[in-house]
Amino acid sequence: MKKTGYYLGVDVGSVSTNLVVMDEDENIVYKLYLRTCGKPINVLLDGMKTLAGNLEKDVYIKGVGTTGSGRQLAGAIIGADAVKNEITAHAVAAQRMIPDVNTILEIGGQDSKIIILKNGVVCDFAMNTVCAAGTGSFLDRQASRLGIPIEEFGSYALRSQSPVRIAGRCAVFAESDMIHKQQTGHSLEDIIGGLCEALVRNYLNNLAKGKEISEPIVFQGGVAANVGIAAAFERALGKRLVIPKYYDVMGAYGAALIAKKKMEEGKGKTNFYGFETAECSYKSKSIECKGCSNLCEVIEISSDGETIARWGDRCGKWSAQLKSATGDGSLM
Amino acid sequence: MKITFPHMGNVYVVGKILLDELGAEYIVPPFNNKKALEIGTKYAPESACLPLKINLGNYIQAYEQGADTILMVGGCGPCRFGYYGALEKEILNDAGFNMDIIILEMPNGNLKEFLNRVKRLAGGFDIHKIFRAIRNTTRIAKQVDELEKLTFKIRPREIVKGSTDRIYKAFQEDMREARGYDQARKLVEDTRRELLSLEIDRSFKPLKVGIVGEIYTTIDSYTSFYLDSKLGNMGIEVERPVTISNWIIDHIIKSALHLPRDLRYVEAAAPYLGKMIGGHAQETIGNAVLFAKDGYDGVVQVYPLTCMPEIVAQSILPAISRDFDIPVLTLIIDEMTGEAGYLTRIEAFTDLLEKRRERTTIEENRVLSRS
Repeated sequence: MKKTGYYLGVDVGSVSTNLVVMDEDENIVYKLYLRTCGKPINVLLDGMKTLAGNLEKDVYIKGVGTTGSGRQLAGAIIGADAVKNEITAHAVAAQRMIPDVNTILEIGGQDSKIIILKNGVVCDFAMNTVCAAGTGSFLDRQASRLGIPIEEFGSYALRSQSPVRIAGRCAVFAESDMIHKQQTGHSLEDIIGGLCEALVRNYLNNLAKGKEISEPIVFQGGVAANVGIAAAFERALGKRLVIPKYYDVMGAYGAALIAKKKMEEGKGKTNFYGFETAECSYKSKSIECKGCSNLCEVIEISSDGETIARWGDRCGKWSAQLKSATGDGSLM
Repeated sequence: MKITFPHMGNVYVVGKILLDELGAEYIVPPFNNKKALEIGTKYAPESACLPLKINLGNYIQAYEQGADTILMVGGCGPCRFGYYGALEKEILNDAGFNMDIIILEMPNGNLKEFLNRVKRLAGGFDIHKIFRAIRNTTRIAKQVDELEKLTFKIRPREIVKGSTDRIYKAFQEDMREARGYDQARKLVEDTRRELLSLEIDRSFKPLKVGIVGEIYTTIDSYTSFYLDSKLGNMGIEVERPVTISNWIIDHIIKSALHLPRDLRYVEAAAPYLGKMIGGHAQETIGNAVLFAKDGYDGVVQVYPLTCMPEIVAQSILPAISRDFDIPVLTLIIDEMTGEAGYLTRIEAFTDLLEKRRERTTIEENRVLSRS
């Protein structure tokens, strides 16, 4: 009898690290949403341990995909078959859930994106550029400043009678605006309601400028849990949003789907190191290469004292050295 | 007098050959690097654009090696760059770096003052020497630009990945040591042969992307996070119409001599932007249209944060993208040296272009099978 295979998708983002285990029929059988807390390696390993503890013993991982800003790091540690940028991963996941999707709004911890699709193909996208004002980490910070659990933040906004106007362009200005309004006596609900509107206004003015937002519109990423933001979007657009069931782990789901496709095409063996990798200890260190005036910041990842990956060098002096030393033929 | 000049991609080749031919002593600052950016950020006004900051870093790194005079270009163009030379001199003096600056420009059309400055550089006024220097400088600028264009074609097709980068980097290093036009020309020629001898996949049809935007950040690979080589190594052929030789020949020599210039981009931009509004905005718009008409798969715009002309251009690009059905990606560069965000965008853009091509191929096949 053929053993059923599973696929692992990992999204190491700035704020959360998400892991998804998907079966052959592309159903999510297990998902984990963890806070990255600035320690991507530790959180990833903890996640792997939790997965190992919760899955059946004979679970057979046929392919692994990583995404998110820490995709390279995660890929090196657990052995990924596909390492993909989060824009593509999010689009793939949304299309699997809502096949005729035309617009994807995604707000994560440190960045926000808009993805426009036409006839099932991504035709345009944008990502916030410099400031993190409209993103999850800013909302997080405001929630903790106001002493409200982030999970309840959105419901405060829904109770707002007349939201105050808050400058949404810059995180620093938004915060001083909020403090100002709070000191003049506005209610917490109206301030939070105003903040949600400001973020949505900023998102639409900055990212969605000149883009046609047509339905079906999918709203995903950690911030999709915030009912206040979702309501503000629907008011501003005059259109309905679809929030997928696994809105918070769509990146990881997309990575698993991409890994599956790749393995089916390639028919090769997975690079996955197994759940036991979580038992090893990993260290990363950065070296400033003095070889030329570029002064590259080279990152070195080692597992139990053995160097397993290096990157960050422009000329390949450090990364190539390692590949020849371990006899890895993937260079060709 | 030991002269130095700011970096901008391969401009140092042009600068050093000019000074070699004029017989002046000079120091080429270390290639653009993190330290130069750090120094520049320390002394420059916070809201100035990235090129000013790196310029200052270059000068100070060259000063530490003994340079005392800066050669800079200027002008009364409507971009603030025209004033950077004068501004940089003030900043350096305030910070206690005693450096002089020679700005090559024609202040209010004052030819006499311009010639005085050239005379200072050349240490006299030997018209033959100056003429020969200008001719050879223009030639080398053209040759280096052609060599770079060749790397754009070879890189996506090379069999052994990284070969082009290795050869081109060695060329840039060796060029620092070359003396005079003849040596420089020989080095370009040897590198060209070496590149042409690389084994390439001739049947491979790469995606084609046009790079437009502000001149410094498009030409200077350090500031654009090696955009052209990154795309090349992903198997994409790039093209960048704004080049140094083009700038010297079209904008300086031809306009000074009132010769006809290549103005195709002006014509192409006309329906969207009928005027020169500063910087390279008109080139950005015009070239994006030309790329679309030439069947390119996508356009990437690059500019430093707060660059006014390119902000205007950026707001026009969606109209071009819609009218010609060509994807456009805008990358805004600032002091951040974290590459991840740029890489994510570039990779996603590449995925988008590949998917579009797949779809077009499928549709074409469908049409064929129907007929």
